[in-house]
Amino acid sequence: MSDLAATAVPAFAGAAAHSRAEVTYNEAIVKKCVIAAMFWAIIAFTVGVYIATELCWPQFSFGLSFLNFGRLRPVHTSAAIFAFGGSALIGTSFYVVQRTCRARLFGGDALASFVFWGYQLFIVMAALSYVLGYSRGQEYAEPEWHITSWLVLVWVCYAVVFIGTLFKRQEPHIYVANWFYVAFIVTIAVLVLGNNLEVPVTVFGGKSYTVMAGVQNAMIQWWYGHNAVGFFLTAGFLGMIYYFIPKAANRPVYSYRLSVVHFWSLIFLYIWAGPHHLHYTALPGWTQTLGMAFSIMLWMPSWGGMINGIMTLSGAWDKLRTDPGLRFSVTAVGFYGMSTFEGPVMSVREVNALAHYTDWVIGHVHSGALGWVAFISFGAIYYLVPVLWNRTGLYSTRLAAWHYWIATLGIVFYITSMWVAGIMQGLMWRAYDSYGFLQYSFVESVVAVHPYYVIRMMGGLLFLTGAIIMAYNLIRTVCSPTTARA
Amino acid sequence: MFPKQDFIERNAVLLLVFTLLTIAIGGIVEIVPLFTIETTVEHVKGVRPYSPLEQRGRDIYIREGCYLCHSQQIRALRDEVERYGHYSLAAESMYDHPFQWGSKRIGPELARVGGKYSNEWHYAHLRNPQALVPESLMPRYAFLADTPLREDDIQDRMRTLRIVGVPYTDEDIANAKADMETQASPAADGAALLKRYPKANTVPGDGKRPTEMDALIAYLQVLGTMVDFADTSTEQLQQ
Repeated sequence: MSDLAATAVPAFAGAAAHSRAEVTYNEAIVKKCVIAAMFWAIIAFTVGVYIATELCWPQFSFGLSFLNFGRLRPVHTSAAIFAFGGSALIGTSFYVVQRTCRARLFGGDALASFVFWGYQLFIVMAALSYVLGYSRGQEYAEPEWHITSWLVLVWVCYAVVFIGTLFKRQEPHIYVANWFYVAFIVTIAVLVLGNNLEVPVTVFGGKSYTVMAGVQNAMIQWWYGHNAVGFFLTAGFLGMIYYFIPKAANRPVYSYRLSVVHFWSLIFLYIWAGPHHLHYTALPGWTQTLGMAFSIMLWMPSWGGMINGIMTLSGAWDKLRTDPGLRFSVTAVGFYGMSTFEGPVMSVREVNALAHYTDWVIGHVHSGALGWVAFISFGAIYYLVPVLWNRTGLYSTRLAAWHYWIATLGIVFYITSMWVAGIMQGLMWRAYDSYGFLQYSFVESVVAVHPYYVIRMMGGLLFLTGAIIMAYNLIRTVCSPTTARA
Repeated sequence: MFPKQDFIERNAVLLLVFTLLTIAIGGIVEIVPLFTIETTVEHVKGVRPYSPLEQRGRDIYIREGCYLCHSQQIRALRDEVERYGHYSLAAESMYDHPFQWGSKRIGPELARVGGKYSNEWHYAHLRNPQALVPESLMPRYAFLADTPLREDDIQDRMRTLRIVGVPYTDEDIANAKADMETQASPAADGAALLKRYPKANTVPGDGKRPTEMDALIAYLQVLGTMVDFADTSTEQLQQ
């Protein structure tokens, strides 16, 4: 039994301890995070569809500085990753850590509230700053120094609340989901600090220069950038699969042994993978080779995690028919498996020679972001809303099923169009004619991908439509008399 | 099965410490040697800090998010070298705070765009890209031509860059404002500017104070032009 303690569904583990005092959890903060996550999801998808439209028809920027692709693209990425993803992560981590530790959040309700509102303020400041023309000029790390400083303060408080709750737990073991949340919180802190070494020009101005330049700056940026994927968009969300899939399926995690191997090998290997963003560049070759080798090794723990998530459904597969939230979660794990296979393939130097700088990368990112991150969050939110608001169930499983199929179709549109566009760009850029000259000018490749950009935009629109259906369904779940408990 | 794991997962401090150690290794091995191995950035003849106007243009390039559609890193691949020029050397971005290599080519690579088009072409193109390249997806940047360049903080900017390692001299900083205006007015005597910043490309301007577009074009025109690849091999370029 001790072997299984950390992965047993908390409801089972707690069964032996029912005689202990009842703990009341801070659920108000989780509710706020769920609402914020849905709000930012719709903002992020809307901005995404808008900038995808600009790439089809550039006149949609209307010559206005604040509507230009260059300023809106960071709004889209930050809203998707940090606002939607971040709110979902903070909310679920607070929910999971309380229940698996049988302890109310450490630091009192005020500190938890500060983490929530402080984080929301960070997002609003960051988004406004991009539109108004402030940027550090490094992808996924665009907020200027004063906004990042605020984030660091909020993040330290978040770490204190989460880790403090682990310390006051009443369960002997730290549940596996919490390992992943810990790795996410700690590593993101290290990465943000490492990638934001900069000197402000003036104390009151929103401009700074990075301490690093050129090659070293590039290496540190992609050490940050790839591990924002590894620890923000992967480790944190893996925390979700280790709680919400067993809960929804009412089965224990498939293999405790696999969880242990998955966790330690994933966090060890991920950190090395960054240089695969810099193949054939001025970065020293040995670093590129290390990045490639570790990216390929990363395939194994990733699939270990996928197997652990999917096999947890053994004996409960029938629930996929009746529980639309679980359907989202399991599909998310499927997309996780696909993206984490595609990633190592693209990290191979010779493949990367074709894929880099093309839309294949954009498609890869979105099969992760839409298929994995968004779907696992949707699954968790569909599970959480009836529980948090004490309703009998979802307002409509039919609407949730519609959401599922519309969103899945949207992803298929998105990633297949980007595969075709990306591989086409890569092949056109390197094509030679029979005389040994480059066959295509750059702009010919721009014209060639136009139809696929339109399909991509429509895929995004479908995904957004699904999210709006979800928001409606959740609002009705909370308000409708049909879901009220007697 | 895993006796040590059983120990770690009962102790939050151990979990925290081992997690930190595990994630630290890869970063340390890949990043630290880049600062200690001398050949990481080989010094190359011709690479100089940006002139004040070029640096301000670079700041605008960053502010507008140009790096989200344009790369500045020619990879060592045959077709890239034929299309864009000599592959990028590490030294060519040694004064780039931050680097702007980019990760996506929605538009073309810019690492060696300097001198490829005339100043006039750039003015017309930034104002209305589709007027010159009908298929272009680029937004219009006419507003840059209507925005006077902020000049009063250039010395603060250069002093900050000096703190992070760009070798601007006291003289460079003292003359910053004058250099900016000289580079945006072809009629002015550019001898002092060219002595401090060889190959600095003078942009026509509109005869009044420099605009943000002047600065951006000065920056675009210097990209990839500092090192002369014409009649030497890379080995000979090393100092």
